[in-house]
Amino acid sequence: MRVVAREGPRVVLAVLGVAVVVWLVIKAAQGGSTFLQVTLNGITLAALYFVVAAGFTLIFGLMRVVNMAHGSLYLFGGYLAYVAQTHWYSGGTSQFQLGPTNNIGVMGFFVPLVFATFVIGLVGLGIQQLFLRWNQGQDLRQALITIAISVIFADQMIAHYGGVVESIQAPTSWPSSILIGSFRYPFFRVVVVLGAALLIGLLLFLLIRRTLFGMIVRAGVDDRAMLSALGVNVQLVFAGAFFIGAMLAGLAGVLGGTMISVGPGLDTQFLLDALIVVIIGGMGSLPGAAIGALALGLVQSYSTIYLHFGSVNLTNYGILASFVLVIAVLAVRPLGLFGRPA
Amino acid sequence: MNDGELLEVEALNAYYGPAHVLHGLNFTVGEEPVSIIGRNGMGKSTMCYAIIGMHPSRVSGSVRFGGLELVGKPSYKIARAGLALVPQGRRLFGSLSVDEHLKIAGRKGNGQWDARRIYELFPRLAKRRNSGATQLSGGEQQMLAVGRALLGHPKLLIMDEPSEGLAPRIVDELVETILRLAEEGVRILLVEQNLGVATAIAERHLVMIAGEIAAELTSAELTSDPELQRRYLGVEPLSG
Repeated sequence: MRVVAREGPRVVLAVLGVAVVVWLVIKAAQGGSTFLQVTLNGITLAALYFVVAAGFTLIFGLMRVVNMAHGSLYLFGGYLAYVAQTHWYSGGTSQFQLGPTNNIGVMGFFVPLVFATFVIGLVGLGIQQLFLRWNQGQDLRQALITIAISVIFADQMIAHYGGVVESIQAPTSWPSSILIGSFRYPFFRVVVVLGAALLIGLLLFLLIRRTLFGMIVRAGVDDRAMLSALGVNVQLVFAGAFFIGAMLAGLAGVLGGTMISVGPGLDTQFLLDALIVVIIGGMGSLPGAAIGALALGLVQSYSTIYLHFGSVNLTNYGILASFVLVIAVLAVRPLGLFGRPA
Repeated sequence: MNDGELLEVEALNAYYGPAHVLHGLNFTVGEEPVSIIGRNGMGKSTMCYAIIGMHPSRVSGSVRFGGLELVGKPSYKIARAGLALVPQGRRLFGSLSVDEHLKIAGRKGNGQWDARRIYELFPRLAKRRNSGATQLSGGEQQMLAVGRALLGHPKLLIMDEPSEGLAPRIVDELVETILRLAEEGVRILLVEQNLGVATAIAERHLVMIAGEIAAELTSAELTSDPELQRRYLGVEPLSG
């Protein structure tokens, strides 16, 4: 009986997993190019999730801070880049009024991107120094403080940027789509966002594995009290990691704001997505964030198209698929795929 | 303040939440190695952590190190002032290799220790420089913990049960290394339950019972009196 109780969930999940795979194979066989497009949607969405979640997981892994304002940093980054672009490069008079020149050069995209990324890094650093530093080790307080910050940010952003959904423009000189096999696919999604995610993944990997800062971060994740007793000023390391983590949120906001949109509500949506990604992947793990992002992106993408059984259309319930994924992973690995006990 | 006393602990109290663990410790460490002995749970490790500013939630009293007050300072400043800890259980970083341990612990300064000298001191570590800390044997782990501590150029090295869990032959090697370090001028505060190790390294022994220094003994007093050993340490008398 014991064995059944323990193995039960695994058996159910294995059956479920096999069913999902079989269903996808059938769908792929029915319409190869649609399937490829849906898969690409999932992968590019995953790339965006990875950039958001990488910063989130870096901050959590080192400081054990669940930064509930991470989604706000994401959205604020998007807005900053959008406003910078309309004001500096398209002759806009206000954030609601694009100017006459709609011709955005390469600089007109990258300057706002770098500006927003850097400013969001500083905003995150400010949050950490002002509100989190003196509450170290107090998980609940930190969670409540960052939730409060996210609520204030959300209202302030509506007050300043309005409720209209906007989007940042990619450089006009870039192609809008490229030919992949038999269909055209958005260039920005598949080249820029996916490329940026791969580049960031590689850079973070090198930073963590090869540099002295990375060694210190890893040591801090293992045992930060001992690290401090070796003469390392852990607070400086924390500040650096928070700055980098927040910058990644801001950068993701710019990428997401170009690939999809900037608008109210995206802050909580992306916070939730980042949470799901790191819960699946294991909090604090970078490879976990990559795998988790891929899993979430694909599940969301497939479930909005393929939850269609004969005449029964369940695609409206697609959002539940994300949570099925979380439950399935946690049932087998309570700490996530790459999670380690704290 | 006595000249020549490097570490002066005065009325040191430490608490974990409401639990009062150290009750007004008083002792000094000068040029000669000092050992603190006592059974499990008497507060020896807490004392190490309290001195270096690591764990207890509240510490009161005074710890002066070369005239500098340490209580209330963050541990990285205490470490930079010249204090290093080889903690109980070694507390190596599981995700770092041997070489990486020595890299993050290495500090510029007028000290004499660098990774090359650590590898000279422990040739076995040099062979395993790319291994992960968790792949090392107990003895190698202890060497790495000592090497890591030395890279901070400590004036005083606090070692918390360094012989714990090591094979007798490895313990002998370790004792030799510690004696060599003491000859080179590194001062030692040793916490031990192994009387053989404690008496091999230190002449002065402080017995800790329930967070207080209950007695101060010389090696001769300690080794010659089996009853004393049984009473203070709960160990069977030292044979030979």
